[in-house]
Amino acid sequence: MSNDYTSSEAHPIQVSHETARPYELSDVVPPSETNFIKVDDFRFFYGKKEVLHGINLEIPSRRVTSFIGPSGCGKSTLLRNFNRMNELIPGVRHEGDITIHGTSIFDPSVEVIALRRRIGMVFQKSNPFPMSIYGNIVYPLRIAGQGDRSMLDETVERCLRSAALWDEVKDRLHESALGLSGGQMQRLCIARAIASRPEILLMDEPCSALDPIATAKVEELIIELKRDFTIIIVTHNMHQASRVSELTAFFYLGNLVEFDETRKIFTNPSKLQTEEYITGRFG
Amino acid sequence: MRTRIGGVPILNTGTLSPLTPEYRRNPDFFKGACQLACILTILLLAFIFGEILLKAWPAIHQFGFGFITGTQWSPNRGVFGVLPVLIGTVESSFLALLVALPLGLSIALFISEDFLPNSLRQFIRFVVELLAAIPSVVYGLWGVFVVIPLVQKYGTILSDHFGFLPLFAGPAYGNSLLTASLVLALMVLPTITAISRSSLVVVPYSLREGSYALGATRWETILGVILPTASPGIVASAILAFGRAMGETMAVAMLIGNSQRLSWSLLSPSNTLSALLANQFSEADGIQISALMYAAALLVALTLVVNIAGAMVLRQTQRATSVLR
Repeated sequence: MSNDYTSSEAHPIQVSHETARPYELSDVVPPSETNFIKVDDFRFFYGKKEVLHGINLEIPSRRVTSFIGPSGCGKSTLLRNFNRMNELIPGVRHEGDITIHGTSIFDPSVEVIALRRRIGMVFQKSNPFPMSIYGNIVYPLRIAGQGDRSMLDETVERCLRSAALWDEVKDRLHESALGLSGGQMQRLCIARAIASRPEILLMDEPCSALDPIATAKVEELIIELKRDFTIIIVTHNMHQASRVSELTAFFYLGNLVEFDETRKIFTNPSKLQTEEYITGRFG
Repeated sequence: MRTRIGGVPILNTGTLSPLTPEYRRNPDFFKGACQLACILTILLLAFIFGEILLKAWPAIHQFGFGFITGTQWSPNRGVFGVLPVLIGTVESSFLALLVALPLGLSIALFISEDFLPNSLRQFIRFVVELLAAIPSVVYGLWGVFVVIPLVQKYGTILSDHFGFLPLFAGPAYGNSLLTASLVLALMVLPTITAISRSSLVVVPYSLREGSYALGATRWETILGVILPTASPGIVASAILAFGRAMGETMAVAMLIGNSQRLSWSLLSPSNTLSALLANQFSEADGIQISALMYAAALLVALTLVVNIAGAMVLRQTQRATSVLR
């Protein structure tokens, strides 16, 4: 894969460089598009090693979908393909396809920059930039060339409110983000991830470094955010998957074992492997 | 039960016996020796500075603060003022920094990103750091035979066309502030590159990843996240390089022209504290020695302040970014 992030070719995915364009998400994506993200016989390789063995998956929009499975099962790898973050690693390649809203994300005319502006990502370890709270949230807007002060102010408030952080930080927006608590930092990263109004939010074990209270807040937030976003969350915490998600995909050794309604996965899984993992007999 | 082999006590003999006197004394001896070394170092520093002040005392007593503000340095008349030399010291180091900082930072960035295979980056890093291993006098000689002719040639062009600016007022002597600064820039380049590079490579990968995930390009990430995160380390590298440039003696003494006349022109000879000391010590006596010691005390104070400031900024960096790791 090319590592050239500076190419400026046209791209058919309906994302413009004005990331903060004033549209309502519902205009673009119907609330319940069942095959919003479509993974089609997707294989992924680190060098010669195949880590995903032909995944087929259809993720609906405006839902929370969780990826569960033991470590090394490929769930994070798949997640990181949706915004092509894996391309930062040298020597990777893929087969098959992933489409979002009907467009292949690997199409040569899709600009990876535009793709990533459309897909927010929250990481396992919160990664606020060493700048102010305000600066963190407007960062994605500034790199998109948005300089209008009132627009930026408005975005900061909207995102912080969405991330349930506004009341805690509204009086110190211009203080360093590194002074926040761990849970606040993670919510700030969520606020930053939604600043450019993405349609999809990828969360890679967003609570694994948080205490139970901060975890509960982030979980509430996830349930709140699914009204506006299609959320995919990788988690090791089975209770979390059952609390926040409507759909659950169980991965094992690079295969998708089962994908169904969360309720069904946790009460009446159809595969023995799923049942054994859920009940804690392995993994 | 045997409790010792060849006089060395065995400690794991089953029951907990009290430590033998030798065992207790030996670590004490070790600790004491290390302590002594530390204390000696501190005493040595105090002794050096005390000795300088002592020898400088007649001049301090006689000239007082006027020594610093005085613009005349003429040993024959017993008049000693180091203002032009102080200015020359700060100016040459600042000019050197002006040249070396953009260059050194670019190199540091280039070898901390993955533009090249790692082996090649390590090679470039090694070569740049090798610049620090070249003896000062060799830089001086190289300056005499290479930089001086260049500055004469192009300096003349500069003063012909821009001579109306005080900075380039002619004539262009080879031995000049500009010559010394250019060579100094080369000499402090490894300091800037090494410290900047190490502050760039410790920027956590998670920040880079976070920036890419928001749709930033590599250059947006470098300018918006990597450089700001590393900036205290970069500032520290500049301060430490400045301190090194101020203390640098041999090459500067060979190139700067050793003139105590106050001049704005970069093309005219100037002097620095260290070069003044190196050039005048052999033939000084009486109050002139004392005056030189006074100048030495000023130089030590200046470099000390700059180095402490650099070390403090560097420590602040490590503390500020420790949250991110």
